Amino acid sequence: MASLMLRRLAQAALILLGVAAITFVLLYALPADPARMIAGRSATAQTVANIRHELGLDQPLLVQFGTYLGNLLHGNLGRSYAQKTDVWTLIAARLPATLTLMLAGIFVEVVLGLTLGTIAAVRRGGFVDRMVMMASFVGTSAPQFLVALLLLYLLAATLGWFPMSGYGSFSHLVLPAVTLGICGAGWYARMVRSSMIDVLNQDYVRTARAKGLSSKRVILRHALPNAVLPIIAMIGIDIGQFMGGVVVVEAVYGWPGIGQLAWQAIQQVDIPIIMGVTLTSALAIIIGNLLADLVAPVIDPRIRTR
Amino acid sequence: MFKRWLQQTTMATMVALAPLSVMAQETPKQGGDIVVTYKDDITTLDPAIGYDWVNWSMIKSLYSRLMDYAPGTPNPVPSLAESFTVSPDGLTYTFKLHKGVKFSNGRELVASDVKYSIERAVDPKTQGPGAGFFGAIKGFEDETGGKTTTLSGIETPDDSTVIFNLSRPDATFLHVLAINFASVVPKEAVEAAAGDFGKKPVGSGTFILKDWTIGQQLVFERNKDYFVKGVPYIDSFKVEVGQEPLVALLRLQKGEVDIAGDGIPPAKFLEIKNSADGAQMIVDGEQLHTGYIRLNTKVKPFDNVKVRQALNMAINKERITRILNGRATPANQPLPPLMPGYDKSFTGYAYDVAKAKALLAEAGYPDGFETVLYSTNTDPQPRIAQAIQQDLAAVGVKAEVRALAQANVIAAGGTEGEAPMIWSGGMAWIADFPDPSNFYGPILGCAGAVPGGWNWSWYCNADLDKRAVAADSMSDPAKAAERTAAWGKIFTDIMADAPWIPVINERRVVAKSMRMGGADNIYIDPTRVINYDAIYVKQ
Repeated sequence: MASLMLRRLAQAALILLGVAAITFVLLYALPADPARMIAGRSATAQTVANIRHELGLDQPLLVQFGTYLGNLLHGNLGRSYAQKTDVWTLIAARLPATLTLMLAGIFVEVVLGLTLGTIAAVRRGGFVDRMVMMASFVGTSAPQFLVALLLLYLLAATLGWFPMSGYGSFSHLVLPAVTLGICGAGWYARMVRSSMIDVLNQDYVRTARAKGLSSKRVILRHALPNAVLPIIAMIGIDIGQFMGGVVVVEAVYGWPGIGQLAWQAIQQVDIPIIMGVTLTSALAIIIGNLLADLVAPVIDPRIRTR
Repeated sequence: MFKRWLQQTTMATMVALAPLSVMAQETPKQGGDIVVTYKDDITTLDPAIGYDWVNWSMIKSLYSRLMDYAPGTPNPVPSLAESFTVSPDGLTYTFKLHKGVKFSNGRELVASDVKYSIERAVDPKTQGPGAGFFGAIKGFEDETGGKTTTLSGIETPDDSTVIFNLSRPDATFLHVLAINFASVVPKEAVEAAAGDFGKKPVGSGTFILKDWTIGQQLVFERNKDYFVKGVPYIDSFKVEVGQEPLVALLRLQKGEVDIAGDGIPPAKFLEIKNSADGAQMIVDGEQLHTGYIRLNTKVKPFDNVKVRQALNMAINKERITRILNGRATPANQPLPPLMPGYDKSFTGYAYDVAKAKALLAEAGYPDGFETVLYSTNTDPQPRIAQAIQQDLAAVGVKAEVRALAQANVIAAGGTEGEAPMIWSGGMAWIADFPDPSNFYGPILGCAGAVPGGWNWSWYCNADLDKRAVAADSMSDPAKAAERTAAWGKIFTDIMADAPWIPVINERRVVAKSMRMGGADNIYIDPTRVINYDAIYVKQ
């Protein structure tokens, strides 16, 4: 286990280095000049040149990248061009909001997906199954923006059950988390359904039924734990998708996460922030996958023996 | 001279304040806390750096400057300055400061703070976008060139006197001292913030920053020590950021929000306007803005003046105003109607497809030509670009629309020979201060027609440049009318060369709750955007 961990950590460091290098080169290749953006419309060529020099943008690409990596090793993500503030301070201030939303969203989608998928599998081929599959199809296809606005209009603006936007309390969290959950639950429902159908046809399930166990007990104690395995890996992948997906939800509900920060930084070609958010997201994806890899053997001993 | 200037300013202010009669009748009340929303986060509150329309109003209220503007008007009035004099040659400005003005850290504001603040704004290390505005002060080149960190042209013989020595007469200098970059900051607070002054602002304005939760909200409270008694009216304003305009509007209708800073999304505009309370909720007014198409005079066939003139006749500006739900008026010259120098009698190029075709044929393009139209990629700009594309197609010009992120369009515009046509929407010129000169130098003058510059037409007319310099040298207030006329003529003469197609003067729309008081022009203040010092809550 320890060697697996070490190997994965080394891989993670390499992936992060790769992400940093690719992002850096892509941003460098942009035709936009951050110095020009910062200098503003009335600036003289001298002012633009001065700013470019102050930011080190007149250095060769390799020197700039070397400086960036050197700073990164010291935990320094640099300073925002537009806000003149430490990038990590900006990300750290917003990361808790994004993580909270992400975890709540994953919770909602897993609970919804598991429930609906299991019901569909048990009632395979029937009306309920068809309804669940149709709902999951709609859920996965509907744009997050639309779902968010519909929920907001119905449950917040019209019925007044939840606040329309903001951050800080459980009631603020419900609508954004449900939006993320609805949009993601469809995949889980489909996966759980097919996995469950597969498990329900296994010999041990047949044996359990033959022993006279109740249907509920067979499904919850014997079938579900085995059908849930693919979901663990999927949650790990989801963390990555959520890092991108929360941008829309954060925008609609005024949720102060790093998605908003990234969007604003892209508009301003604020390279240090874009780099910082990209690396943070990459790190989150790596950690998500790592956790999935670590948890899977605990749940399914067969993986350990492979 | 000052007396004469003061008389003129007072008269002009009285005239300009006429629309404020509503406010005068209502008598503003003290007290009340309000909520304001914006989609984008606030980048910085450092006056030497902040340069977007959201933080502009907040910086105005956090700090004081030697000059300011009468609320809702483009007329400069002394602020931190108790009085000032201008030498007959227009090269020396002497200001006497109000005594007893305090920063929010408790220290008294003195003349050396003014000197420090402007030197800081010019210092290349600050990386501020406003440095160029102070170009007329002696020693400017030495500081921007890195030879020194001070400006030899600013003297402070005692704690309440500041003298500016200029290297050339500059009729806009009083405006320059009223823009945010001239805000006075205390050196010790800037140094204590260690590069983070934009998040820990200390000023001497009408409000102080009480709390800033990054990405969520900023709370501004009344500065009880503000040196003018009775100002501001409201006790506090909370700015909630990251609010989608549509959601902000719903919240405003429910009474949770008092000012939706981003205005009303186009899709909801007519619905709100036609609602029972719409008239009282919508503030719809002119701003110092012109939206235009830049024609690159260095790129074929736009190097042919007849082609540029023909395309000026080919654009249906009325249709573009309809795309904006009527929140604009067609433009015919670079200056917007509110700007001094705007020529009401000038008609420009009328929309005439037949004439445009004939002129194109005369220019040697009877079958039109192919070109590229750049635009930013945020709504509604691509839609407007498509409307322009259709208009061009009607005269045989096939334009490929290239909708890109704003930064990429700016880069293309500043590269010689790169962008044949650019629709300026989203990046269009809104005046930094209400003077016609602000619409010339960087965007139409020879100085801006350089790589990385902002003159994306790459238009350079040496004769007009000379006339512009001569106009800006008329710093004697007695020649104000003559100067304004000279500037106005420069802009109408430019249209003979047609480096632009002026398209619209966009109006600004703000949505406010029913409990907010004050005349419309303090919600669309020509120099402040929203004037937090002048708005009030109806009790």
